[in-house]
Amino acid sequence: MSPRPFWSPLWAGIALGVALFLTFVLTGHGLGASGFFTRFTAEVGQWLAPELTAANRYLGDYVRGEPLQAWITWEVLGAFIGALVGALSGRRFRPQVERGPSSGVGSRLVLALIGGILTGLGARLARGCTSGLGLSGGAALAVGGFVFLICFFAAGFLFSLIVRRYWQ
Amino acid sequence: MIWPLYDSGVASGLLAGFLFGFVLENAGFGSPRKLTGQFRLEDWSVFKVMFTAVIVAALLLWLSKQFGLMGTGSYYVPTPFYVAMAVGGLLIGAGFAIGGYCPGTSVAGLAGGRIDAIVFMVGMLLGTALFAAWFGPLEDLYLATPGPQGQTLMDLTGIPEWLIILVLAAMAWGGFKLGGKLEQKLGGPYQASDLYPADNKQN
Repeated sequence: MSPRPFWSPLWAGIALGVALFLTFVLTGHGLGASGFFTRFTAEVGQWLAPELTAANRYLGDYVRGEPLQAWITWEVLGAFIGALVGALSGRRFRPQVERGPSSGVGSRLVLALIGGILTGLGARLARGCTSGLGLSGGAALAVGGFVFLICFFAAGFLFSLIVRRYWQ
Repeated sequence: MIWPLYDSGVASGLLAGFLFGFVLENAGFGSPRKLTGQFRLEDWSVFKVMFTAVIVAALLLWLSKQFGLMGTGSYYVPTPFYVAMAVGGLLIGAGFAIGGYCPGTSVAGLAGGRIDAIVFMVGMLLGTALFAAWFGPLEDLYLATPGPQGQTLMDLTGIPEWLIILVLAAMAWGGFKLGGKLEQKLGGPYQASDLYPADNKQN
């Protein structure tokens, strides 16, 4: 079965803008994602090293309650379901290691891990990620959101030059 | 002032998330090749979708305030920490270019069946744990240069909100034009048919 085409960027952008606005109406804040991974890290830490996690000055606050009992957990779960429905209905569900034509599975997974580590660090430092700070902060016309977005695109272009050959 | 509803319940999260994930996937943002194409300038979808969404949501928020449906200061505006947010933005930009995802798009990537998205998520957990472990030495950077509480572009420039939105829309329009030109020149953007071979071949 051939895949259904993607939505045009303009319509996808309008749809995302409306969804983001509805989120503000519903909750008083925007969409996010990295907060869930912070809570998940606290949960895993509680499980692997409870004393160390409870004593940690950053993660300690999260494990005083149930770290995963939060709106952002339901939101990320909803995002997973929504994307799954999108992939299945668009005939775009493919179990795979997605990579550039000249890249091997091993190198792709190493780069995914390195990219994930940098992203995890960056999101905690910035107090949010592309959706929580860039998109939602941008929509709220927050200065912080635009500082983030400018640096995000600048570093993206720069580092893309280094890893170009893995994607093309 | 009937909005926001301040509903932090399960249904509210699932609904907002569902719409978010459904749009991301349909835009093609589960695919790391398409996402990173933005930084090779051959696929401008990330810029176009993000900028359009920011402007549409900002416009709807502004209209809600004009019609008295929403009060000023009734919704969350992040307070800037200029240096931390700049460095964090640089790190996430680098992570995106190298790893192919950001936190939200990795969820869309995994939902589409991608193993590499799981590895990226494991990396994010490690990165978060590293941040927590290094919080002592990082704390100064984390708390440095705070700006005014909930500072907006209107606070910074003194320009009214409607005009800020108009300027952003003009910039977006320029980006759409420039992006479209470069996409034509460089053979982009990635179509679904480029990324999903019909024979469902296992990699």
